[in-house]
Amino acid sequence: MNNLIKGEKHDWEMVIGLEIHAQVKSNSKLFSSSSTKFGSSPNSQVSLVDAAMPGMLPVINKYCVEQAVKTGVGLNAKINNYSVFDRKNYFYADLPQGYQISQYKYPIVGEGKVTIDFKDGTSKDIRIVRLHLEQDAGKSLHDQNPSKTYVDLNRSGVALMEIVSEPDIRTPDEAGMYISKIRSILMYLDTCDGNMQEGSLRADVNISVRKPGDEYGTRCEIKNLNSIKFIKQAINYEAKRQIEILESGGSIEQNTMLFNTSTGKTRPMRNKEEAHDYRYFPDPDLLPLEISREEIGKIKSSIPELPDELKNKFIETYKLSNYDASVLTAEKQTSDYFNETINSDPELKNHAKIVVNWITSELFSLLNKNNQDLNNSPVSPENLGQLIKLISTNEISGKIAKDVLEDMFSSGKTARQIVDEKGLQQVTDQGEIAKVIDEVIAENPKMVEQFLAGKDKLLGFFVGQAMKLTKGKANPKMLNDILKQKLNKKN
Amino acid sequence: MKIDKNTINKIARLSRIKLDDKESEDYIKDLNSILDWVEQLNEVNTENVEPLSNISSSILPKREDVSNDTNSSEEILENAPDKLEGFFAVPKVVE
Repeated sequence: MNNLIKGEKHDWEMVIGLEIHAQVKSNSKLFSSSSTKFGSSPNSQVSLVDAAMPGMLPVINKYCVEQAVKTGVGLNAKINNYSVFDRKNYFYADLPQGYQISQYKYPIVGEGKVTIDFKDGTSKDIRIVRLHLEQDAGKSLHDQNPSKTYVDLNRSGVALMEIVSEPDIRTPDEAGMYISKIRSILMYLDTCDGNMQEGSLRADVNISVRKPGDEYGTRCEIKNLNSIKFIKQAINYEAKRQIEILESGGSIEQNTMLFNTSTGKTRPMRNKEEAHDYRYFPDPDLLPLEISREEIGKIKSSIPELPDELKNKFIETYKLSNYDASVLTAEKQTSDYFNETINSDPELKNHAKIVVNWITSELFSLLNKNNQDLNNSPVSPENLGQLIKLISTNEISGKIAKDVLEDMFSSGKTARQIVDEKGLQQVTDQGEIAKVIDEVIAENPKMVEQFLAGKDKLLGFFVGQAMKLTKGKANPKMLNDILKQKLNKKN
Repeated sequence: MKIDKNTINKIARLSRIKLDDKESEDYIKDLNSILDWVEQLNEVNTENVEPLSNISSSILPKREDVSNDTNSSEEILENAPDKLEGFFAVPKVVE
């Protein structure tokens, strides 16, 4: 695999690391009892703690701690029995405390790793440096008024897990696959809702370029990207920008960048003068967070089957390829749907690959076209199973099955109903097929002549004509066989 | 460690506090005497002593994940110098 970018003078390699911010799926905030509900009216879910009124003290949410531990286990990471909350100090209008409570020296979760799977069957491990708990800030609206910024503190104090990767990523695609994998793990664990549009999952991207084999170059950080598409675009643009500077003899200035989603360009966020000095120190309002081995053990035992385990199970049980299995397990709803479909009829276990194809290509494309989600698919797993069984038992052809699926999708009827009502059963009667072929041969003497003179391509024409007469219902293999037989006899 | 004029200016700017020359001088003096006082701790021999992470032996108290369903908007905005339709309104913070 070639991951390099062609430059003027030589090839360049990207070195990418991600900091992912995942909102913990909880009812209340990390240090207060305010609701975390998304989309409520501004400042309606702000306690005196969140607004940093004098004298207010934070009390940690036990559930959020458990979710962070759970996520750490899902990332194959070391859980730290002892961690400390620090204050990260900076001034901003949507940060009433003047500091963010975060974890600096002693995070709750240490080193881990996740695996990403490529289409060609290979895979790669991306190492995780750490996961720590921290508070989210409020939301600022800058574009509503020429001289004012509006601030909504509903998000202020909501629990975030920051997941930091090693700079093991080398391409925009790998970055996309990595964040998809993290999202998938979070959603299986149910520790984050994974909703990137609502900002429940967002990422900062660190990127530098180098000659392959060289030391890491100076990096820039692109802040706050909330879609995989934007992450890839931003990386591509930023890498090109850095290569252009380096090739024209310049050097990269370490900078924090913002990505403009409408122009597709990055630009520096702050000038150097305002470079951050966060003055981290342990928060005197909070004791160190200690978790016993027993508590960790209890959380570990509550963890559901994760995508990688499920993937291996699918490969082993159904002999699926690594890639097929990873597509199926990328989202919990997909693996659930597959499980329900394949278990709806014992016969289907022998046709796992067909089941995968019908879910991931035919059904997915219909859902996409209709802007619908697998969760509320009009075709239930049982009904799809029934359709696939009709194909596997040769009752209908794969081609007709596609039409049947579309019909099922819009009418809500079962495959059986549709096939019976429309009389779509495949014609597998030798005599009947032979009769149709005779008809086609008799009606097209010139074509037959040309075919016999060596124009092999015309076979397709005869197949097409015969299919047309049977309304697509003839068993394709039988049709082909009988047609060849009959034409060759003419010779 | 000694606090000088540059350091005091940096601390003041990070804290968004405006200091005049007289105040700077006073703070340099105050902070240096605090540091000197703390420096005395270096005289104590701490070999073979476990670092003390916290003077309280109690355990971090935790709450259950229950949200209160009160609407805070009115109370929270009560002291805001400027507001609009439920938002705090502050001087524009981006160009």
